[in-house]
Amino acid sequence: MEAVMEGTQAVAEISFSRPSDDTLLIQLAGNWSIGQQLPSLDEVRKQIDSGLPVQRLTFDSKDITVWDSGLVTFLVKLLQHCTERNIDADKEGLPEGVQRLLKLALAVPEKKDARRAALREPFLIQLGNHAMEMGRRAGDMLDFLGESFIAFGKLLTGKARFRRSDLTLLLQECGGNALGIVSFISLLVGLILAFVGAVQLEMFGAQIYVANLVGIAMAREMGALMAGIIMSGRTGAAFAAQIGTMQVNEEIDALKTMGISPMEFLVVPRMLALIVMMPLLTLYADLLGILGGAVVGVFMLDLSPLQYYEQTRLALNLTHFSIGIAKSMVFGIIIAVSGCLRGMESGRSASAVGNAATSAVVTSILFIVGADGLFAVITNALKI
Amino acid sequence: MTNTEAHITVSDLTMAYGDFVIQRDLNFTINRGDVFIIMGGSGCGKSTILRGLTGLKAPAQGKVFYEDKSFWELEPLEREFMMRRFGISYQGGALWSSMTLAENVALPLEEYTDLSPSQIRDVIALKLSLVGLAGFEEFYPSEISGGMQKRAALARAMALDPEVLFFDEPSAGLDPISARLLDELILELRDSLGATVVVVTHELASIFAIGNNSVFLDPETRTMLTTGDPKTLRDESPIPKVRNFLSRGEFLAEAK
Repeated sequence: MEAVMEGTQAVAEISFSRPSDDTLLIQLAGNWSIGQQLPSLDEVRKQIDSGLPVQRLTFDSKDITVWDSGLVTFLVKLLQHCTERNIDADKEGLPEGVQRLLKLALAVPEKKDARRAALREPFLIQLGNHAMEMGRRAGDMLDFLGESFIAFGKLLTGKARFRRSDLTLLLQECGGNALGIVSFISLLVGLILAFVGAVQLEMFGAQIYVANLVGIAMAREMGALMAGIIMSGRTGAAFAAQIGTMQVNEEIDALKTMGISPMEFLVVPRMLALIVMMPLLTLYADLLGILGGAVVGVFMLDLSPLQYYEQTRLALNLTHFSIGIAKSMVFGIIIAVSGCLRGMESGRSASAVGNAATSAVVTSILFIVGADGLFAVITNALKI
Repeated sequence: MTNTEAHITVSDLTMAYGDFVIQRDLNFTINRGDVFIIMGGSGCGKSTILRGLTGLKAPAQGKVFYEDKSFWELEPLEREFMMRRFGISYQGGALWSSMTLAENVALPLEEYTDLSPSQIRDVIALKLSLVGLAGFEEFYPSEISGGMQKRAALARAMALDPEVLFFDEPSAGLDPISARLLDELILELRDSLGATVVVVTHELASIFAIGNNSVFLDPETRTMLTTGDPKTLRDESPIPKVRNFLSRGEFLAEAK
């Protein structure tokens, strides 16, 4: 095959001659396919520049065996060069198909301002633009937060309009369906806490206090925090993706023009579902975490289950649980609001929906940890 | 049309995204009972104008009057009330994908009427049968074809017997026969409901089949070139660009 190709001029060839003083004849031969070694335009330029000034360009292409876009791109560049130099190019000698393609390619002049210039702005301008953009987004966020609280207020006065069946589905989605992952993670977190505590407390012979450590840490902190982080990854991202896709399909527009507020119809039931379910999930996570601690206590520290249970009961009081539950409700609001917010401001493309989901998770985790820190400061100041 | 009572009047309307002007200085009147076509080349802002007419996007300048009420200067509640008299069929259908067709049509009825569930079921059955989808009540939008989705969206748009029906590219993505059936359905609904119909499209076949009034938007100058009956514009307009558009580019080709 190779040999045959060689024999039938496998390479592109170009040669020049001057039929008259101001005319340059370009002879093209061989295989002018894309991917071949094609002659560069510089050769032609050199020919045009050398000798007497060229007024006319003609072509002879009868020896071309194969051609495709390779030849056409070469010619387009050549013809542009000719236009710049005011050289008259006679396309008669080119294959008919090539002539037609050239005519198509040159029919509509390039739109000058359509091409995006790769602008590199100075660092300070970029910084300023970013800062302004962030300010604007913070404003949007506050707007959204305000609107969602107004809508939630309407719920409390019984005026919010959404479908009860949607709420039921969401409750199931945010509650029951999340039990598996919450069980697994919180059991492990309890185990890990107990392990860390056991090593330290054994040094003082105070193994029994592992129960206090695990119980208080789970009830005050880890139960709510773990449930919050799991739910923001699981449910917050789902909210953003659902609402973002509705945005892409114009479903949100359809709601708005029907006079149905997307805030009430979409955001309120999601917020409500998480506010109801997060405390329940948190309590469940607390329980499983303590169970995880007990496993370590019983099998590693040789405490009896009853002993561990009694110690936990003594260590915990309602305040610890209340703090955890209060947090979990705040986390629920954060997850619902950031999921819905990112979904609502999503652009109208597949990648925009992906970005919305990502940014929903990032936003909610950021605010969850922030709120948790705030809770720590407040409870410390109030000495509870 | 025998009556020429102005229903929608657009005056000096300018639509923009931030500083980027889409269309400026639009002036046209849509009469009651018209099938009014908003036409123009791709990307000239037809759908954006529709958003300005339907209450989704406030204009940068100018006014939209429904009869004698300035739509964008109304109190939000009053405007919302007016929007209930619109039926809108979106480009992609925009059916709520988490609901069945019946639930899609039912939602506006549940929101804005005091009908009993059994009455609502009857209305749903009627509206779906009007668009040829009787029996598809329990299907989800993703389970039916694109053409059926468009028709289902039309059934939803008609749920509240609207005064104005807006269509964004009704025949886009439909085969010629479905597109023609949809056109006939639009005319039929205009006559039977007595509604005013506003259609965004660039399908010439549809434009001539149903339109009796139109506005032509130009993407280059970002404004309207002319308004009037599309058939008259095709044959008599002094503006070459308009005649060229309406004759599939044959006018300028002949002129050459």
